[in-house]
Amino acid sequence: MTADAGTSIGLVWVPPALALLGFVLNGTIAFVRPQAKTAVSIIGAGVLLAGFAVAVTIFTGFAALHPEAAVVARYWSWIPVGTLQVDFAFQVDQLSLVMLLVVTGVGSLIHLFSIGYMKADPGYARYFAYLNLFVFFMLVLVLGANFPVMFVGWEGVGLCSYLLIGFWFSEKANADAGRKAFIMNRIGDFGFMVAMFIIFWVTGSLDFATVFAAAPTALTAGGGAITAITLFLFLGCTGKSAQIPLYTWLPDAMAGPTPVSALIHAATMVTAGVYLVARCNLLFAMAPVSSAVVAGVGALTALFAATIALKQWDIKKVLAYSTISQLGYMFVGVGTGAISAGVFHLATHAFFKALLFLGSGSVIFAMHRAYHHAHLHDDAQDMRNMGGLRRWMPWTSALMWIATLAIAGIPPFSGFFSKDEILAAAFARGTAQPIWLLFWALGLIAALLTAFYMTRMMLYTFHGPNRTGDGAREHLHEAPWIMTGPLVVLGMLSVAGGLLNIPELYKGGAWLHHWLEPVTAPGAALLPETHLSHGTEWALVGVAVVVALAGIAGAWRLLKPESLVPAPQSPEERGFERILRNKWYVDEIYDALIVRPLVWLSREVLWKRIDQGAIDAGAVNGAARGARAAGWANRWLQTGQVGVYVAAFVVGVLLLLWRAVGGRS
Amino acid sequence: MLNPALSVSAVLFTLGVAGVLFRRNAIIIFMCVELMLNAVNLTFVALAQVIGVGGQVFVLFVMAVAAAEAAVGLAIILAVYRHKQSVSLQNMNLLKDG
Amino acid sequence: MLSALLCITRRNPVASALWLVVTLFALAGLFVLLDAQFIAVLQVLVYAGAIMVLFLFVIMLLNLGRPGPSDIKGPAGVLTAVVLAGAMLVLLRPVSNAALSEGVTLPPGSVAALQQQQGIVGSVAGPLFEAYLVPFEIASVLLLAAIVGAVVLAKRKL
Repeated sequence: MTADAGTSIGLVWVPPALALLGFVLNGTIAFVRPQAKTAVSIIGAGVLLAGFAVAVTIFTGFAALHPEAAVVARYWSWIPVGTLQVDFAFQVDQLSLVMLLVVTGVGSLIHLFSIGYMKADPGYARYFAYLNLFVFFMLVLVLGANFPVMFVGWEGVGLCSYLLIGFWFSEKANADAGRKAFIMNRIGDFGFMVAMFIIFWVTGSLDFATVFAAAPTALTAGGGAITAITLFLFLGCTGKSAQIPLYTWLPDAMAGPTPVSALIHAATMVTAGVYLVARCNLLFAMAPVSSAVVAGVGALTALFAATIALKQWDIKKVLAYSTISQLGYMFVGVGTGAISAGVFHLATHAFFKALLFLGSGSVIFAMHRAYHHAHLHDDAQDMRNMGGLRRWMPWTSALMWIATLAIAGIPPFSGFFSKDEILAAAFARGTAQPIWLLFWALGLIAALLTAFYMTRMMLYTFHGPNRTGDGAREHLHEAPWIMTGPLVVLGMLSVAGGLLNIPELYKGGAWLHHWLEPVTAPGAALLPETHLSHGTEWALVGVAVVVALAGIAGAWRLLKPESLVPAPQSPEERGFERILRNKWYVDEIYDALIVRPLVWLSREVLWKRIDQGAIDAGAVNGAARGARAAGWANRWLQTGQVGVYVAAFVVGVLLLLWRAVGGRS
Repeated sequence: MLNPALSVSAVLFTLGVAGVLFRRNAIIIFMCVELMLNAVNLTFVALAQVIGVGGQVFVLFVMAVAAAEAAVGLAIILAVYRHKQSVSLQNMNLLKDG
Repeated sequence: MLSALLCITRRNPVASALWLVVTLFALAGLFVLLDAQFIAVLQVLVYAGAIMVLFLFVIMLLNLGRPGPSDIKGPAGVLTAVVLAGAMLVLLRPVSNAALSEGVTLPPGSVAALQQQQGIVGSVAGPLFEAYLVPFEIASVLLLAAIVGAVVLAKRKL
C-alpha cells in the first residue's frame, strides 16, 4: 500500500526535510555570520520541534487508519540496474513510527538543552548545523524502506558522529576520538554491506517488504546463508551500537560536547543497531545460532562494561560504559526474539540516559563555570572534584536520582518494566534452550553492578563533602532553566515511560507489544513456544528488584565519599582495581595486535614498496619514460631525410607485398 | 621462358630498390628508379607471351611515362642544385620538422 | 643482371650511367627473345638513346664527371638496404614462380602467330589505336605537360 498524499502519513518526508533544511540554514549562517546565535537557536531547535509535531500527526493518522501492512512512500527510482530496483523510499509502520517519535521527541529536548549549554561556544552555528544534519540522517535510517536507504542513514550518522565528537578539533585528543569512532564504525559497516550483498544474491531484492516476504522460502531456517547474513548484520550492529568487540570508540567519544553524547551516544545513533535487528527480526528468528550470538554478545557486553564503569572517575565515562551496558541489554532483548521488549528498553533508555547525560552536562557546565571564575584549570568532569552538589543544584540532583532509579530497575520507574521484560524473556527461552539461562544470569549480575555504579556516581557527585576547592565553590549554582526544563520533561518520561508497555502480569495492556505485533509477528511465529507460569514471573520480578536494591544499598554502605580526595591528589589504583580503571586494557591490546601491525604494513609495504616503487616509479614515471622513448623512436620518421623516407616507403611496400603473396610459395 | 624471365625481372627490381636505398647522389638514385621501371617492362613483355599482345602495348606507355618523368625529375634536380650547390640527398632535408 | 649490379655500385656517376646503358641493351636482347621485337627496338631508341643521353647531359651540366667521394651510405645504410632487398627477393619468389590459370593464358606461340599475320609493328599498333586509343591520347598530353614542366623548372628566371 503506497502513501496517499491526502492522509497525514504522506507527510513522512517532512521531518527529515526539516532537519536537512536546518542543516543547510545553520551551515550557511556558520559560514556567513557565526555570531547570529539567536537565529541559529530558533532554526536549530525549531526544525526539531516542528518535526516532532509532524511526527505526532503522522502517528495519530496511522493509528487511526489501522493499516494491514506497512505504508511505503516511494520518492524516486534511485538504483535501477539490471534486476535490482532500489527506490528512495520511506516506510511508515509501527516500528519506524516508534523510532521517529523517540528521535524527534528526545532530539527536540536535547536541542533546547544545547541552546543553554553551548551558549558561549564560538562554534555555535556549526554545532547546530551538524546536530540537524545528524537528525536528518537518523530519520533516514529509521524511515528507510530498504537496506540501501537505511545504509545511507547508517553511514550518515557515523559521519555526523565523527564531526560532532571532534567538534573541538583543535585538541588532538578530540580529533583522534572522532577518527577512532568513524573507523571502528566502518569495520561494522563492512559487515552490513556484505550482508546486503548476500541478501540481494539470495532474494533478488533489497526492499524490506520483499525480502521479508521472500525469506521463508528463499532461505532455509538455520542454514548457512541466513546465519551468514544475520551475523554480518550483527557485525554492523557491534560497530554502530558499541558492543564487543567494537565498543572502544564510545568512551573516547565523550570528548564531544555533552548534549552530543546524550543525543547520539545514548538515545539515537547507538540504538540504530537495535533497530536493525528489530527490523530484521524475521531473519534473526530464522537463524537461531545468530540470535544466540546476538544475545550472548549483548549479555557479555552488559556485564563487561558494567565492571569497567565501577572504577571510572570521569562522570561521562561512567555514563558511557553504562550506555554500552544497557545496549547489551537491548540486544539480549531482540536476540531472544522479544522485539517489543528490546524496543521498549530502547525508548525508556533514551529517556533516562538522555536525562543522565544532560544532567551531567548541567553539572559539568556548573563546574566549568565555577573553575573559570576562580581561574582554576582542574578537570570539571572528574567526580573526585565534585561532591555534595545537591546543595547547589537541587533540581539536577533530584532529576538525576529519578533517572538512576529508573536505570537500576526500581519499580514503578520505566526502567524497571523494560529491563524486567528482557530478563523474563531470556529466562523463558532458557526453559527451552539452557544457554539462555546463562544470558539471564549475566544480565542479572549486570543489573546488580548497574545499580551499584550508578549509586556510586550519584554519591560521589551530589552527596558527601564538597571537594571542588574553596575558590571555585562559591560560584557553583543551578543551571539555567533552558537546560533544566528539558531535564524535567525527561524526568517525567522516565517515571511514566513504563506506561508504554505494562505487561499482563500487572493487568496492564502491554500496549507497545501489541502495537508492534504486525512487525514482530512473522518472526515470533518461528520462535519456540515459551510460557512462564505466573508464579515464576513474580519470582523473577522479585529477584530483579532485590538485586537492584542490593546494589543501591551496597553502594550506599560500602562507599565512603568522605574518604575521597580531589583528583590531583588522588592515589593511583592498585591490583584488580587498576585493571578495571584501565578498562581491562582492551584499548592497549587492540593497539598492539591490530593498530600497530596495520600501521607497519601501511608504511613499509603499501607505502614504500607499492605506492612509491611500483606505482610512482613503475607506472607513472614508466609511462613518462615510455612516452619519451616512443617520441625518440618516432623522431627518425621526421628527419626530413629523403633517404629515411624511401626506406620507410620500401618497408611499406614490402608489407603490402607480404600480405598479397601470403604463404603462397 | 616465362619463369626465368620473371625471375630476372625480380632480381633487377630488387637491385634497383637496393640502389635507391643506399646511394646518396640524387642522379644515381634516379637511374636506379629507371632500372626498376625497366624491370617492370620486362615483366610485362614476358607476360605478354601468355596473356596477349596488350602487354607490349602497355610497355609502350610505360616508356612514355618514364621519359616524361625523367625530364621533369632532372629539371627538379637542376633547380635544387642551383639552390643547394649539391645533389647529395643528405642536404635535402627541408622537410625536417621544427 | 651483372651489369645492373655494376650500375648501382659504381662511384663515378658517369660509369653508373654507362653501365645502365649496358643493362638496357641487355634487356633489349631479352625482349627480342620474347617475341617483342618492336619493343626491343623502341627500348634502344628511346630509353638508351634519348633518356640516358639526357641523364648524361645533366651529369655533365652539374660537373659530376669526375669520380667523387663515395656516396654510398655507411654500414647502417648498406645493412638496411641488404636486409630490405633480401626480404623483397624472398617475397617476390612466389610471384616469379606463379603459374597462371588456364582460362587466362593463351596457347604458346600465339603472339608469334599474331605477328605473322599482322606484322611485327602491326601487332602492337592494332590494339594501340583501337582498344587503347584513349590512353594513347592521354599519354601524349602527359608528354606535353612534362615538356612544359621541365622547361619551367629549369629556367633561371621565371
